[in-house]
Amino acid sequence: MMTQNAPNAIELRRLEKSFGLAKIIQGVDLAVEKGERHAIIGPNGAGKSTLFNLITGKYEPTAGQVYLHGQDVSGLKPFQINRMGLSRSFQITNIFPKMTVFENIRCGLLWSMGYKYSFWHLVNRQRGVSERAEEILEDINMVSRRDELAGVLTYAEQRALEIGITIAGGADIIMLDEPTAGMSASETTYMVDLIRKVTQDKTLIVVEHDMGVVFDLADRISVLVYGEIIATDTPQAVRENQTVQEAYLGSALEELH
Amino acid sequence: MSEQNTSMAKSSASAQPLVPIKSALPWLAAIAFLLFLPVVFPSGAALTIMNQMAMTIIFALAYNMLLGQAGMLSFGHAVYMGLGGFFCMHLLNQVEYNELYLPLPLLPVFGGLFGLFFAFLIGSFSTRRAGTVFAMISLGVGELIAACSIIIVVFFGGEEGVSGDRTMGPEVFGFDFASQQEVYYLTAIWLILAALGMYLFSRTPIGRIANAVRDNEERAEFLGYSQRNVRWISFCASGFFCGIAGALFAINFEILTEENLNLATSGSILLITFLGGVGFFIGPVIGAVVFTLLQTVLSLYTEIWQLYLGILFVLTVMFFPAGLTGLLAMHLRPWKLGKIGLLANPYAKMLAPALVLVGSGVALMEILFHARHASLGEEEMNLFGITFNSQDWLPTIVVVAIGAGAFYLVRLLAPQVKEAWDMANHAEGQ
Amino acid sequence: MSLFIVNILDGLVTGLLLFMLCSGLTLIFSMMGVLNFAHASFYMLGAYFGYQISTYVGFWPGLILAPIIVGFIGAAVERYGLRRVHKFGHVPELIFTFGLALLIEEVVQYFWGKSQMAFEAPGVLKFAAFSIAGNAFPAYKVFMIFIAMGVFLVLLYILTKTRIGMIIQAALSYPETVQNLGHNVPMIFMGVFGVGTAMAAIAGVIAGPVLGTFPGMAVLLGSIVFVTIVIGGLGSLWGALVASLLIGWLQTFAAAYNLRMADLLVAIGLTEPVDVAQSMLSDLWTLTLPQVGPILPYLLMIIVLVIRPNGLLGKRET
Repeated sequence: MMTQNAPNAIELRRLEKSFGLAKIIQGVDLAVEKGERHAIIGPNGAGKSTLFNLITGKYEPTAGQVYLHGQDVSGLKPFQINRMGLSRSFQITNIFPKMTVFENIRCGLLWSMGYKYSFWHLVNRQRGVSERAEEILEDINMVSRRDELAGVLTYAEQRALEIGITIAGGADIIMLDEPTAGMSASETTYMVDLIRKVTQDKTLIVVEHDMGVVFDLADRISVLVYGEIIATDTPQAVRENQTVQEAYLGSALEELH
Repeated sequence: MSEQNTSMAKSSASAQPLVPIKSALPWLAAIAFLLFLPVVFPSGAALTIMNQMAMTIIFALAYNMLLGQAGMLSFGHAVYMGLGGFFCMHLLNQVEYNELYLPLPLLPVFGGLFGLFFAFLIGSFSTRRAGTVFAMISLGVGELIAACSIIIVVFFGGEEGVSGDRTMGPEVFGFDFASQQEVYYLTAIWLILAALGMYLFSRTPIGRIANAVRDNEERAEFLGYSQRNVRWISFCASGFFCGIAGALFAINFEILTEENLNLATSGSILLITFLGGVGFFIGPVIGAVVFTLLQTVLSLYTEIWQLYLGILFVLTVMFFPAGLTGLLAMHLRPWKLGKIGLLANPYAKMLAPALVLVGSGVALMEILFHARHASLGEEEMNLFGITFNSQDWLPTIVVVAIGAGAFYLVRLLAPQVKEAWDMANHAEGQ
Repeated sequence: MSLFIVNILDGLVTGLLLFMLCSGLTLIFSMMGVLNFAHASFYMLGAYFGYQISTYVGFWPGLILAPIIVGFIGAAVERYGLRRVHKFGHVPELIFTFGLALLIEEVVQYFWGKSQMAFEAPGVLKFAAFSIAGNAFPAYKVFMIFIAMGVFLVLLYILTKTRIGMIIQAALSYPETVQNLGHNVPMIFMGVFGVGTAMAAIAGVIAGPVLGTFPGMAVLLGSIVFVTIVIGGLGSLWGALVASLLIGWLQTFAAAYNLRMADLLVAIGLTEPVDVAQSMLSDLWTLTLPQVGPILPYLLMIIVLVIRPNGLLGKRET
């Protein structure tokens, strides 16, 4: 399968997005290799979430392209992009509140396990699906909450469930939007371990504010400021980068100490 | 890779017993009940009402596949039942005049297919959006087809509608379906088949994903599902079962008119489904039974029964959005905790004043209505067995006084009920 | 040609009347996200109140008082009904207003019965304003045009030139921000709902004498109103105006020109069958434009939606 020049998991070429007159993303180039853990950081309003929404198909780019495994996916719908092996989580918890935890996970499994729009299978009878869902529940440590309605879980539990739904389909590119936002220090540590565990051997792209998490998790970091990537490098190099220091990181690192 | 998973899932499915006894039990009970019913109520009028109920149940369940399961509010759903019915009526006429070979019990299959066809066609543009836009398009399409029924006389028969004769087909096991009883059993069998079909549909992957799209359409899109396709498929499935109900209507009444397509019919199925409760599979069933009974009984006794239904509906939306079934389901927790007994006493105490309060409200409305609309020389009216002159002030004053007394008692007893309710819902050690 | 001008004017009357309902509905929808299914019922209440008041003190006080009363009823419905249902979501809100529409129709029948009321235009306006080649144009219709235009201009002035209009416009796009700025958004909602329903009532009072005051008047106009705002684009005031006029003219012209389908079919080279009545396609041959008139708005809606799913001028995602 693997050719000599395996295409990048994700590649952005001169990607632009405007809302009305406001140009939020101004020509972003980025390549994320297969199996890499890539973090995107930047000040508030830099366009991190917009960039996420462009890659995952929620927004259509104004100009430029998004490539997934070397295939142009610009302008495709979220479900089409998801079917090509990309799954994402959301900054604001985005689960199915009136369904149980187990059912939430199962929803994430059905398409990828080939059931699609089937009306000739009974879901409860599909042992393969149930077993896989139970495994994921175990992975995210929520077996005991299996039959609770997702809407009544605690915030941290909902965030973990969000990750569970995201990875359930077995996508090989996982994009997480601020997975530790609003969490306490201990919850954050737990979450980082969880992310590391469930994204093993996968490509991970994460937007994060917590610099501790970023430097802990990422192989490479891109710094997004005012819709432009001003640096993409290893954590060490980014930390020492003069431009990054001035534009953003100086103040962010101070917060960390 | 996904192919492999599917086959794996299939092979593992066969390892389980075919039907677990526990989940088959309610269905067996329902079948026994339906078999038994005509023995208790053998009269023609009762059979007609029961057939009416059965059709309404199928229609309401099919409607709830949209409203409850997929979160789609339709104001024009009579169209799919009606069109299914009209096509079946024409099929019956083909059987009668052109010797088409079609046993009557199979007619609902064709009704379903016609419903499915139109749902597919109209759904292709109406399901692109959910919520308000879908609701408005369904209204527009419903009005369009209802209006067409007056223009396209060849198909819809104009104002007289289309009629036919169900008995002209081949006999099936010696039945020619001339008697009400035979039609009842035919309807009952289709009721069970359709209800089971819809129940099973809700447990398929598409049925579960319809729930997911209802709860959070954006998230479902990021799990590989096109929200539009999920809605479209749900819509088609609903259209299919509506068509079955339409075919049964054709068989039962042997006539279809514009009334089967119009906004009033579409509206009443929304009312029925919502009253019953959209959150539960059984909800529309309860709604259909209660509504049909209410309609039959109330319309016998009062001219303003639709006003009462309107009030009941608005109060339900405001105070019990989970409907009658939701009201019953609220008591499941006290029941499981073994504390349902705590509620018996306060409920019993509340019953009399609450009934008097409702009764005096009804009396007031009836008196005012009579006073306003009775023709000259007919000032006498009869209410709850008492005859009096509606133009006098005295009855109104008496009714208001009784109502005020009952209201006071209800207010007085309310805290007790509330307290008992809290107690009954409180698990030990929490 | 002269008939054409008369129809243009008649269509304008219908269109502007539609727009009086559509504008209030659109305003309420854009602010609260609720499509008020009972909007046409408030129009009906306006007509009935207008009639009832006119029997005591004449038409003109009715034109002022009825909308005020209906406006207060509307505000009360928002305050005690909608606000309660709001927390359950948009679909229950829509179901609530649907139930309200049913209830109002029943209440109207409870008080006034099923037959049409003898609601008549005021005597001072019972003359022909002008006539075009023998077709008299009643003064009352001229009056309707002026009232509708007047209401629209006042609305436009309030929305664009006054402080409260600015707040409403801001609340349309950024309700949270407006709330955070210390404005009482629930109060604004109640006010907008009241004003919207009062506008529907004005339409009811002036339309009652022309289109008839009877219990079915809400349903008759209601469906067309919803179709109109879908065509115009949900939430777009200008879209509502364009669609209202379009439908006004469409219906008027369809009713006025007795085109036969048969003529059209012959014109494209088909021959009319001898025994039309026996043919399966008899409806196709005997159809006339006035017959088809009532369904044209619905057809237009489907065509518009297939081409532009968001309506003519709509862009708001719901």
